[in-house]
Amino acid sequence: MNNGMNSFEPKIVGFLCNWCSYAGADKAGVAQTPYPSNVNIIKVMCSGRVDPQFVLKAFASGADGVLILACHPGDCHYKEGNYKALQRYKILSRLLKQFDIAEQRLRFDYVSAGEGEKFVEAITSIVDNVKSLGPLSIKGGNNIWEQQH
Amino acid sequence: MAELPKISIYWASSCGGCEISVVNLNEKILDVAANFNLFFCPCLLDTKKTDIEALPDKDILITFFNGSIKNEDNAEMAHLLRKKSQLLIAFGSCSSEGCIPGLSNLHSLDDQMNAIYLDNLTTINPDRIIPRHETIVPEGALTIPAIYDRVRTLSEIVEVDYYIPGCPPEPHQIWNVIDHVIKQRPLPERGSVIGAGRSTVCDECSRKKGNKSIKKFYRTYEIVPEPETCLLEQGLICMGIATRDGCGGLCPKVNMPCTGCYGTPEGVLDQGAKMAAALGSILDIGDVKGLTDDEINKRIDDIINEIPDFAGMFYKYSLCSSILKGKVI
Repeated sequence: MNNGMNSFEPKIVGFLCNWCSYAGADKAGVAQTPYPSNVNIIKVMCSGRVDPQFVLKAFASGADGVLILACHPGDCHYKEGNYKALQRYKILSRLLKQFDIAEQRLRFDYVSAGEGEKFVEAITSIVDNVKSLGPLSIKGGNNIWEQQH
Repeated sequence: MAELPKISIYWASSCGGCEISVVNLNEKILDVAANFNLFFCPCLLDTKKTDIEALPDKDILITFFNGSIKNEDNAEMAHLLRKKSQLLIAFGSCSSEGCIPGLSNLHSLDDQMNAIYLDNLTTINPDRIIPRHETIVPEGALTIPAIYDRVRTLSEIVEVDYYIPGCPPEPHQIWNVIDHVIKQRPLPERGSVIGAGRSTVCDECSRKKGNKSIKKFYRTYEIVPEPETCLLEQGLICMGIATRDGCGGLCPKVNMPCTGCYGTPEGVLDQGAKMAAALGSILDIGDVKGLTDDEINKRIDDIINEIPDFAGMFYKYSLCSSILKGKVI
């Protein structure tokens, strides 16, 4: 675990849904609440659109963390999209564990259109967690195995 | 007599099943022999690497290359056969997507060597010897091909013209490709998957498909499935929903859920992620009105806890060609 540099600024990709969480992010912005700038926000119409391939692609492309913010249970504009998003996230977490990607790097939470504060809390939380975990280094290249002992 | 075009079948890190599938062409092997000169196939013929090296470049019409790339010998043969072949086809799941050998990418090579040669209940190895690239003996240095720290697909080290998926590719599909070449029909765009469909196994499966809503997963030994209904609907984890068609849906026909051997469907980058997406859409956790977030999470956990090994099941054949390719650290 790399915990050295205080100057490490994690790169985080956030998938926010149009009707709830993205609106919640706007609310935080309008209220001028300060929040970390590490998250690149991608707006989707519904959290149910978030294909697990997007999450893996984000990690493979250099993201140190991924955030998925959905509507609260019962509030999805498309009725059940957020349940699918949650269920997919839970299965994906189990897969990531087997790939040795720390659990805190993928975060799922509920943020409604009025919850500017909760949005700030979700962002701050993942940035702090990933900062302490360090950068995610994807093993690349093709090396001859050297015996270690 | 005009010389027949040469073809070769080579095996890298593989099990030999692809060669068996070729032999399972049965009488059609006579048509293959009538139209081609099977020049090089270490499993079945006695021609040697030096015979290949002696050929002019691109002298072999098609090389069917099966097996994944795990050591320097595999890589060297891949480069040699690429040079000497007009068409290099990744034949079978190992060379296309990594297949079973690829699952070793879930562990470091140190851990693998440890488990195989050292901390192993049935292995007596008091001197703690593990294979090395070079060993010094009184006569000099003995070498075996060096091993890479992870398994790779054929396309990770050379340009591949076509992919024939399957573990192994089904004989009728192998014949489809060979027949296509014999009849000199035009091949699709370079880099395409051939000898397979463009959809999923569900398209070829004869079971009745209804509304998918799963309350509980079962392991294959726990229930006897109904013969007519979709296996996934009955709680067996059938990978068919996230697997390319082309095999004929053979496994579900005999009550065996598909395990995914034909690899990623058309347009999909990552088979395991797509299976996670599919299962995530069809879990039935009942009515959640009034439940707390923790209670909802628990209901989901209770269902998915039945799955013992997510990566092993969802990426059984396609780990090497997936987006993350295995363990990242």
